[in-house]
Amino acid sequence: MSDAEVLPYGMPYERQTRYDPPAALLELQDRPIRPIRYYPDGVEGWLVTGHAAGRKVLADPRFVTGERFTRSPTELPHVFVSITDQVPPGFFLFFDPPEHTRLRRKVTGVFTVKRMKELEPRVADIVDERIAALRAAGPGADLVREFALPVPSLVICEMLGVPYADRAAFQGNSANMLDLSLSVEDRNKAMAEIFGYLIDLVPAKRANPGDDMVSAFAADPDLHDVEAAGMALILLVAGHETTANMLALGTMTLLEHPAQLERLRAEPGLMPGAVEELLRYLTVAHNGVMRIAKEDAEIDGHRITAGQHVTVALHAANRDPGRYERPDALDLGRDAQGHMAFGHGVHQCVGQQLARVEMRIGFAKLLEAFPGLRLAVPSDQIPMRSDMAVYGVHTLPVEW
Amino acid sequence: MRIEADRQACTSSGMCALTAPDWFDQDEADGRVLVTEPEAPDGEPAVTAAAELCPAGVIALR
Repeated sequence: MSDAEVLPYGMPYERQTRYDPPAALLELQDRPIRPIRYYPDGVEGWLVTGHAAGRKVLADPRFVTGERFTRSPTELPHVFVSITDQVPPGFFLFFDPPEHTRLRRKVTGVFTVKRMKELEPRVADIVDERIAALRAAGPGADLVREFALPVPSLVICEMLGVPYADRAAFQGNSANMLDLSLSVEDRNKAMAEIFGYLIDLVPAKRANPGDDMVSAFAADPDLHDVEAAGMALILLVAGHETTANMLALGTMTLLEHPAQLERLRAEPGLMPGAVEELLRYLTVAHNGVMRIAKEDAEIDGHRITAGQHVTVALHAANRDPGRYERPDALDLGRDAQGHMAFGHGVHQCVGQQLARVEMRIGFAKLLEAFPGLRLAVPSDQIPMRSDMAVYGVHTLPVEW
Repeated sequence: MRIEADRQACTSSGMCALTAPDWFDQDEADGRVLVTEPEAPDGEPAVTAAAELCPAGVIALR
């Protein structure tokens, strides 16, 4: 690599279309990994846009998350910058093995494929309730408010044992925590508010336990209360912001791809594969996942030096033409397996099997309940979540 | 082919149990991989996919 080369500044984030990653980002796919300058000070780091290179970085223990992230690939500080400014104990995404392993294994037994299969009837009931609420709200109702947000929120609250009635304490703050247009201080304040709520909940659960995860954390002699609250915090926030956006943006995507929607309606058996393709195509975690090199490391012939930031652009990796044919086409019949929408490596989404169940049931029942489902306003009037760490729509008015 | 899994390094994503349930399951306690059927026909697509999809790279096929 020539020293004289002018490095791109940051990871492009301005989208030209509603469903595709930024065109300027996709233009960087000619090299799967390249040096870029990071905000705010222009220090050199790395950007990964290739699928295979992204897998290598995220599976490599030399690239860690248990550090304070001080730089961002985008002008608005990355969500990792605000969270690692004051990582809550127990917030296992920002710990490395063996500490990460100790914490994560306390929850993985709850999210197995088998346990999620057992949860399907309960998820179906919740989906039915929210479909009834959407119908009752009448044509023009906001699908985000009535359906896409409440479904995963109700499910994760029930699993954790967090009273849904307290949602004022966490739904807004959860969104603010990941709102990149807010200052790092305001995002941290939002995180501290949910955290404070959960710190109070842990002893309350110990005094009055239920069959739920926070009660189990509270009873675990290996976890102190603040750690237990931090574990609940990451699960609560992750459970809110991800599936909710996939349900809403996924619905809009289907409505705007009528031939694909028709195909899915005609062949309901396509649903599991369709969910994987929507995950790949939309990749709502569009802020990039960052790592810091703990030691010098070589990836695809590039020497990454200790201390450098590396960003894996999951949304670009999922459009890698070397991995997927016609990557920019939504094709619900394709084999989208191996997509990186849930990340890769030891931090790969712990709730992914729950997300799959929520989406398969959520989309299936929604399409079945509303054969004439359509947008209530022109799609260019739908406010997109461009400045949020998790992409999607702010509102989605629908009629039927 | 013979299936081997490194349970120490398993991150409990469940991709193997989802993709190739005839060969893999998960520990009830912490979701770690259990190889329920260690032999598979050479090149069996579900097992090959499970190994490829494993985010922690702990499944070896010999």
